[in-house]
Amino acid sequence: MDIFVVGLSHKTAPVAVREKVAFPPENMQPPLQQVLALPDIAEAVIVSTCNRVELYAAGQNVEAGVQQLKHFMADYHQVPFETLDKHLYVMQGEEAIRHVFRVTASLDSMVIGEPQILGQIKTAYGYAAEHKSVGLILNRFLHKAFSVAKRVRTETNIAGNAVSVSFAAVELARKIFGSIEGKTVMLVGAGEMCELAAKHFINNGVDRVLVTNRTFARAEKLAEEFSGQAVLFDNFHEHLHQVDILLSSTGATNFIIDPDQVSGALRLRKQRPMFFIDIAVPRDIDPRVNDINNVYLYDVDDLQGVVNANLKERHKEAEQAEEIIEYEIGQFQLWMAGLEVVPTIVALRQQIDGLRQNELDKTFANLKHLSDKDRKAITAMSSALINKILHPPTRVLKQAQQDANAQQYVDALQTLFDLEISAPQGKLKNLDND
Amino acid sequence: MSLNIVLFKLTLGLYAVTTGLYLFSAVANREGSDRWGRMALLVAFAMHTVTLVARYVEAGYTPVTNLHESLSFFAWALAGTFLVIDWRLRMSVLAATTSTLILVMMLFGSLLPMHVQELNPALDSLWLPVHISLAFLGNAVFTVAFVAAVFYLLQERMLKSKKFSALYYRLPSLETLDMINYRCLTFGFPLMTMGIISGAVWAESAWGTYWSWDPKEAWALITWFFYAALLHGRMTTGWRGRRAAIFAIIGFALLLFTFLGVNLLLPGLHSYTSMGS
Repeated sequence: MDIFVVGLSHKTAPVAVREKVAFPPENMQPPLQQVLALPDIAEAVIVSTCNRVELYAAGQNVEAGVQQLKHFMADYHQVPFETLDKHLYVMQGEEAIRHVFRVTASLDSMVIGEPQILGQIKTAYGYAAEHKSVGLILNRFLHKAFSVAKRVRTETNIAGNAVSVSFAAVELARKIFGSIEGKTVMLVGAGEMCELAAKHFINNGVDRVLVTNRTFARAEKLAEEFSGQAVLFDNFHEHLHQVDILLSSTGATNFIIDPDQVSGALRLRKQRPMFFIDIAVPRDIDPRVNDINNVYLYDVDDLQGVVNANLKERHKEAEQAEEIIEYEIGQFQLWMAGLEVVPTIVALRQQIDGLRQNELDKTFANLKHLSDKDRKAITAMSSALINKILHPPTRVLKQAQQDANAQQYVDALQTLFDLEISAPQGKLKNLDND
Repeated sequence: MSLNIVLFKLTLGLYAVTTGLYLFSAVANREGSDRWGRMALLVAFAMHTVTLVARYVEAGYTPVTNLHESLSFFAWALAGTFLVIDWRLRMSVLAATTSTLILVMMLFGSLLPMHVQELNPALDSLWLPVHISLAFLGNAVFTVAFVAAVFYLLQERMLKSKKFSALYYRLPSLETLDMINYRCLTFGFPLMTMGIISGAVWAESAWGTYWSWDPKEAWALITWFFYAALLHGRMTTGWRGRRAAIFAIIGFALLLFTFLGVNLLLPGLHSYTSMGS
C-alpha cells in the first residue's frame, strides 16, 4: 500500500487549464465515487482550489493507479488526455507525503504562508470523509498533514509579516506608534488603494477619520462611509497637527504638503510622531518631509519595498518549515512501515507453518510404523527448526520497524516468499490525537 | 576559596547561560521562546542575591568598597531592574543585550582581586549601603534606558531609510522603546538625585563638608545636570524619540565615566573603589 498524488497547480498549468479540470465543491459525490470505483484506487481525496487540482490516493499498484487517475481526470472533464497530461505531476511515497505536507503548510502556495489553503484541504478531506472515500491510510495521512501545518504556523513566523501594500502600511504604523488604537487618520483625496488602506486602519483600531477632497461633496460622502469628518481642501493644513497617520492620493501635479507645513504641525503636537503615506503618482508629499525628526514618509515604491522585504523574510521562515516537514515525513513513514511489518511476519509464519504441516502429513503417511512418541518428537523437531529459522528475520524486521527502514525488508520478504497480505483494516483509532 | 567567591563564579556561569538562552530566543524570534531566558535570569538573580548576602556576612560590611564588589553590585541591580521591565514587555533583543552587559561586568569583576579586604575605616558608616545602593540602582535604570535608546536609533534609521535588516523584525515599536527611555528617566533621575544627596550628607558627617569637588563628585554633578536637562526637555518641550535617545546614550557615557573612568584615571577622595590593593 502506498500513497500517491496526481495533479496540477499554478506552477505547472495556466489558469485556462486549471479552470477546465476544477471540481465544483457543490458536486463532489460523483467524482469521488468514480475515483473510488477505479480498480487500483483504495482511498482518495480530491482537492480543487483556484490554484490547484490534485488527487491524493492510496493503493497497492501505484503505476496502474496513477494511469487510472490521469485518465479519470481527462475523461471526467472531457479534456484530451495529451493536453492534460503535460501539465500533470505525479508523486508517490516519500515525495507524495512531502508534497501534501508542503501544500497544507502553505509552502507551495503562490504567496507563501497564505492562510486559506489549510481550510481548503480540510474541506476537501471533509467531502472525502462524508462520501467515505478515505480509509485507514488517508485518514491518518490528512490528519497528520493538518497537524504539520499547525506546527509550521505556530513554530515559524511564516505568516508573520504583511505581504500586501495596505497591510504593510498598517504594520509600519504599528512599528512607529506601538498601537494604532485611538489614533487619527486623514485621507487626502480619494482612490481605491487609499480607501482600502483606510479600511484596514479602521479595522485595526483607528477611531477618528478626517477626509478632505477638492470636491467637498466627495469628501462628505467618504466621511460618512467611515463615520468620519469632512474637511475643506483649502484649509486641510490647519488640521494637520491632529493627524497621526495621513494617506494621500490626489491627482495634483505638484506637492501639496511641504516640509514647512509638517514642521509647523509637529511643533503644535509637541513632536509626537507622524506617519505619511503617499500613494499618489505623481507624488503629493515633498520627499524632504522624511528628513524631519519623528516624521516618516512612505511612497508607493517604499511600501512595495517593505512587502518585498517581508516576502523575503517569509522565505527564510519557510526554510525552518521545511525542516519541520522533513522530520514529520519520517514520523509518518514510521507509521506507514509499521502498518505492514506485523502482517508480513504473520503471513510468513503461516506460510512456513503450512509447508511444515504438509510435509509432516506426507512423511507420517509413508512411515506408518512410527509410534506416537516418535511422531511427537518429529513434530517438535520441525517446530523448533522453523522457529530457529524464522527468529533472525523476525528480529531484523522488528528492529527495522523502529529504525523506519522496514519497507525494503517487507518488500523483499513479500517477493521472495510470494506472500499475500493487505493492510490491516483495523479500527481507525488514534486519529485525532495529534 | 571562600564561599562567596564560589557563589560568585556560580552566578557568573548562570548569567552566561541566561545570555545564551536570550540570544537564542532573539535569533529564533518565536512567540514565548524567551521564557527559558527569563527563568534563567530569575535563577541567576536569586543566586546573585545569595552571593551578596554571603559576602556581606563574611566581610561584615556592605560589599561595595572595591571595584570587584561594585561591579558585582551594579550587575545585580541591573539584573533586578531588567527583570521588572522584562516581566511586562518581553523583548528578546533587549534582554539579550542587557544580559550580555551583565555578563561583561561579571567577567570584568571576576578578573579583579576578589578576596575580602579589611574595611577602610572611612567607609565604616550606615551611609555606605544607602549612598551606594541609590547610586547603583540609578545607574542600572539608566543602563536599561541606554540599551533602549541604542535600539531606538537603529530602528529609527531603518524606518527612515526603508532598509530593514533581520533586527527590524525582532524589535518592539519605536513608541515602546521611547516609552522605556522615558520611564527609566523618571525612575532613574530621583534615584541618582538621592544618591548624590545622601553622599553629600555622608560627606558632611565624615569629612565635615558637603561638597569638596573631588573628581567623582564633579563628574556625578555633570551627569546629573545632563539627565536633568533631558528630563526637563521631555517634560516641557516635547523632546522625544531620536533626540531623547541620543541624550540617553551620551548620559550613559558620562555615567560610565563617573563610575569607571574617574576611579581608574583621576585619583581623589573616592579612590578606595579602585582596582583593589
